[in-house]
Amino acid sequence: MIELNKENFEQEVLSAEGYVLVDFWGPTCEPCKALMPHVEAYEEKYGDKIKFTSLDITKARRLAISQKVLGLPVIAIYKDGERIDAVVADEATPASVEELIKKYI
Amino acid sequence: MVYDVVIIGAGPAGLAAGLYASRARLTTLIIEKESEGGQIKTTDEVANYPGSVRDASGPSLIERMVEQVDEFGAKRVLDEITSVELEGKIKVLKGSKEEYKAKTVIIATGAVPRPIGCPGEKELTGRGVSYCATCDAAFFEDLEVFVVGGGDSAVEEALYLTKFARKVTIIHRRDELRAAKSIQEKAFKNEKIEFMWDSVVTELKGEGILESMVVKNVKTGEEREVFADEDDGTFGVFVFIGFNPATKLFEGIIEMENGYIKTDDDMKTNIPGVFAAGDNRVKSLRQVVTATADGAIAAVQAEKYINENFED
Repeated sequence: MIELNKENFEQEVLSAEGYVLVDFWGPTCEPCKALMPHVEAYEEKYGDKIKFTSLDITKARRLAISQKVLGLPVIAIYKDGERIDAVVADEATPASVEELIKKYI
Repeated sequence: MVYDVVIIGAGPAGLAAGLYASRARLTTLIIEKESEGGQIKTTDEVANYPGSVRDASGPSLIERMVEQVDEFGAKRVLDEITSVELEGKIKVLKGSKEEYKAKTVIIATGAVPRPIGCPGEKELTGRGVSYCATCDAAFFEDLEVFVVGGGDSAVEEALYLTKFARKVTIIHRRDELRAAKSIQEKAFKNEKIEFMWDSVVTELKGEGILESMVVKNVKTGEEREVFADEDDGTFGVFVFIGFNPATKLFEGIIEMENGYIKTDDDMKTNIPGVFAAGDNRVKSLRQVVTATADGAIAAVQAEKYINENFED
C-alpha cells in the first residue's frame, strides 16, 4: 500500500486517474488495525485493478477532515480524484470492504 | 467435525469460556465476526479489572487473553453467523463462510453501543458523530467536543478526550452523574470539562460533516441549536448512553427479556446445551470482570452437559 501524507495526497489520490482506495486509519484506532491485514490481503487480490493507499490521520488531520473523514475506520474509493463511495466506522468489516472493492472492478 | 463447544463472540466472555473449555480438553471453536476483544478493545484504560494495573489498556488485556486461549488449543476463526439451529442434540450454526456443528453452544455476542436515535445521527456517524473515543479523538485536537451520557463510560471517555479537545461538554439528561464517584471527582476537577444538565440531543445537522445540533432541556422543554465555532467549522459528538444486546440472531428462538437473553445462575438458556455469557444476558452489572466470570461458568456447565448427554 502506498503510504499517503500531506505532500503526496494530491498527486496519489486527487489528481490520479482511475480508482484509488484510501484506508484512513490511526495508531490508536483498534478497529482500523484489525482491518488493515484484510485490506492488505485485498491488495494482493485486487491490486492490479485498484490502487491501494493508506493515510495515518494523526499526521494529516486537517487533510482528513477536508475529505469529510471525521471518524475511523474509513475505507474510501476515489475515481478520477473524486470520492465516490466509502464504508465508515461500524460498517467497515472485512466483508463490507471486499464488497465495496468488488463494486468497482 | 462436531465440536464439543462452539463459542460465538471473542470478547472477554467468549475468550474466558474458550480458556476454560480448552483447558478441560473439550474441542473448542471460537467464532468472531470482526476482531477479538469486543467493546473493551476500544478502551484506553481498564482500571477496574483485578490485576489489570501495568499496561492496562483494553487491547493489551485482550492480547493476553487471546494468547492464553491459543496456548490451551482452542481454535479461532473469523466468520459471521447468519442463522442457527439450536433445538437438536447437535447444534448447527451457519456462517457466511462455513457451517459449524457442536454439542454445546455458548453465546457471547456481547452488546453494541446504543445510538441516540435522533435525526441526522446515522448520516453523520464517522463525520463528527462517534461511539469510539480512542478511534476518533485525534480528529478533535484543539476542537470542541460534546459527550452524551452520564455513566462510567461517558465520563471516562470525556476525561480521555480532554487530552485532545479544547473543551469537552458532557450532555446528560439528569442533573447528576451516574458514574462512579472516583470518576466524577476527576471530571469535576478537570478544567476542560463543562456540563449541560437535564439535556438531550434531538437533532444532528450538517452537510457531509457535523455542523450543528439541537439540544433540548428536558425540564423546561426549551430547545436551542448549538453551532460549531466558525473557525473550526465542525465539532465532535461522542455518544455513550449504554448498549444494546447483540441478540437479533436468536429472537424467537431463545427466551429473552428486553432483548437480553435469560439464563439461570449456570448460564443456561431455555434450550438444553445452549448457554449465554457476558453483556448479552439479563444481569445487573456488565463489566469485563462479570463477563469473564460468566464465560468460565458457561464452559464448566457445557462440560457437565456433554458428560451427561453424550457417550464417547
